Amino acid sequence: MQMLHRTFWTILAAAVLVALPVVESRPVAQQQEIAPKISNDTIGQQPRLAVPDFLALPAMGAASTDAETADVAKTISQVLIADFEFEREFALMPKDIVSTIPAATSVNDVPFDRWREVNADGVIIGSVQKTATGVRIEMRLYSVRARQASYSREYTGAITSRRLFAHQIADEIHQQQRNLRGVARTKLSFDSDRDGDRMQNTVEKRTVKEIYISDYDGENQRRVTTQMSLNITATWSPDGRSIAYSSYRRVQPQIFISNIYQGTLEELTKPPGQNFTPVWSPDGTRIAFASSRDNNFEIYVVNRDGSNARRLTNSPGADITPTWSPTGTQIAFTSDRTGAPQIYVVGVDGLGLRQLTHESKADRATWSPAPFNEIAYAASTGPGNDIKVLELASGSVRQLTFGEGTNESPCFSPNGRHIAFSSTRSGKTQIFTMARDGKDLRQVTRSGANYHPNWSN
Amino acid sequence: MQRMVRHSVWVTALVMTVVLTAAACKKKAPIARPTAPPAPPTSTNTVPARPPAPPEAVPEVAIVPPEPVIDSGASSGSLDELNRNSPLRPVFFELDSSDLSTEGQRVLDGNAAILKQHGTWTITIEGHCDERGSAEYNLALGERRALSARAYLISLGLPADRLRTVSYGKEFPFDPGHEEGAYAKNRRAHFVITAK
Repeated sequence: MQMLHRTFWTILAAAVLVALPVVESRPVAQQQEIAPKISNDTIGQQPRLAVPDFLALPAMGAASTDAETADVAKTISQVLIADFEFEREFALMPKDIVSTIPAATSVNDVPFDRWREVNADGVIIGSVQKTATGVRIEMRLYSVRARQASYSREYTGAITSRRLFAHQIADEIHQQQRNLRGVARTKLSFDSDRDGDRMQNTVEKRTVKEIYISDYDGENQRRVTTQMSLNITATWSPDGRSIAYSSYRRVQPQIFISNIYQGTLEELTKPPGQNFTPVWSPDGTRIAFASSRDNNFEIYVVNRDGSNARRLTNSPGADITPTWSPTGTQIAFTSDRTGAPQIYVVGVDGLGLRQLTHESKADRATWSPAPFNEIAYAASTGPGNDIKVLELASGSVRQLTFGEGTNESPCFSPNGRHIAFSSTRSGKTQIFTMARDGKDLRQVTRSGANYHPNWSN
Repeated sequence: MQRMVRHSVWVTALVMTVVLTAAACKKKAPIARPTAPPAPPTSTNTVPARPPAPPEAVPEVAIVPPEPVIDSGASSGSLDELNRNSPLRPVFFELDSSDLSTEGQRVLDGNAAILKQHGTWTITIEGHCDERGSAEYNLALGERRALSARAYLISLGLPADRLRTVSYGKEFPFDPGHEEGAYAKNRRAHFVITAK
């Protein structure tokens, strides 16, 4: 009897012991989280990152690599480099140095000694292989010093998504390595006269403007509206699936919402009055805009479905171009209630009105996302306008453009590190982006004239 | 003895249960077998093979279908003819101003007389600006110019429901030039006959 009991406990203990390693396997998963981050030996210096061309692997069963795979591999590394250069978090190794290192033959075969010789801190090795349904991308970010992968992922998708693969890799590496929300997969909207179509019902030659969207870097420019009218001042919904804009298609401008991936259209406002410059609340449930429905431009807030329109301002001056604070509790706007247009701020409850700028003229305020607590705007600085940024905590103002043509309609990237704006510096009005310190200017559009940029989340 | 046997049966059943349970667990999660620890990297080319995360499906580039087309309303060839040689004259404004000059009032007096002769006409008063202000603020300034002209016409006895306003800001300059001569032509209220 005693013995049987002992047997029972022994078997039970054995069963528990056999089961234990299942529990113990968890710390192994934790180990995967501890990956060395890429860093520079010199504190404060950006990590030096090498991005050699991705390897083009032969498709399963194929003897050699095809040209399309080679092209995808090349595109991905090029776009990846451009995405990293845009955020300036890594110092990209020059191409002529990268090309001296023999190409890896697989993502697991990395000549760390050679990369160490040229002082690379990190190197991204990737491969592209066609599959039955599309393409498979393998990517490893290696710490050269630790000689081990710091981040490794595989991706599958359509071969047409080649730029998107690179954008996704860039966003993930910025997040994992630098705790930064990258903008590689964000988009811009703007209005453009590039199609040259004539406005209907006018005697003079007037060219329509249609709403376009593009990737943040200006690639994949696509037309959203086809209304043969003046369609302007588009803004993205926070979920990036809808665009609100003003259209003159019913003569007097009204606000429309285009659900761009469904191809459906909603009318947010109805006559009477003209309704301009819609902007989405940070949670996407409300839209602020300027309207002349009460015979003078005032700021209104309306629900996403057009219900519960509320007037926020009450002055004999024109109150226009609202922008939401990141918390959705305040709205900054332009008003000429004291003469020249200036930027003001008011709570969404209509309380706490305060003048923010004292420029000769200021317009098109746009509130930065957190953690920056800033308002960018266009200020009259002479014959034209320039972009300035007001830091709300200190009240200090910095100027980002200096009379190179006229510079207007600033908007922040969702991480607050970049500003898109329109400028006539290269001739016709075009969309440009620059870093929030005014450096790293890039021209986004080149076809026709383009206005009123807005940056998606 | 019998008690002993019954006891044994019970214990055997219990042991079977435990073993079966352990076997069932085994099916759910694979039990790790002790294996030799992986050899330390011997060459620079041996990377600790951290199992990469499962492949992530990157979405296809989303297609943006065309918006549905909305009928933009009235369009009339005969109105185009009338507007091409419009009897209604534009009113011009000073920089940043929507105030009517004496000359502007005289022009509006003439326009009002014509509109009274043609009691069925409805018009749209367009407000326009020169290119110097910001695009957004000019939308407000253009509307103010249109409203200024409209208010004067109403003061002359024209019914408000025949006079609609629309602001084009600096979207459609008459003169595309970049000097004061062009700017002066572009700061205007322009009259379009929309029904007759």
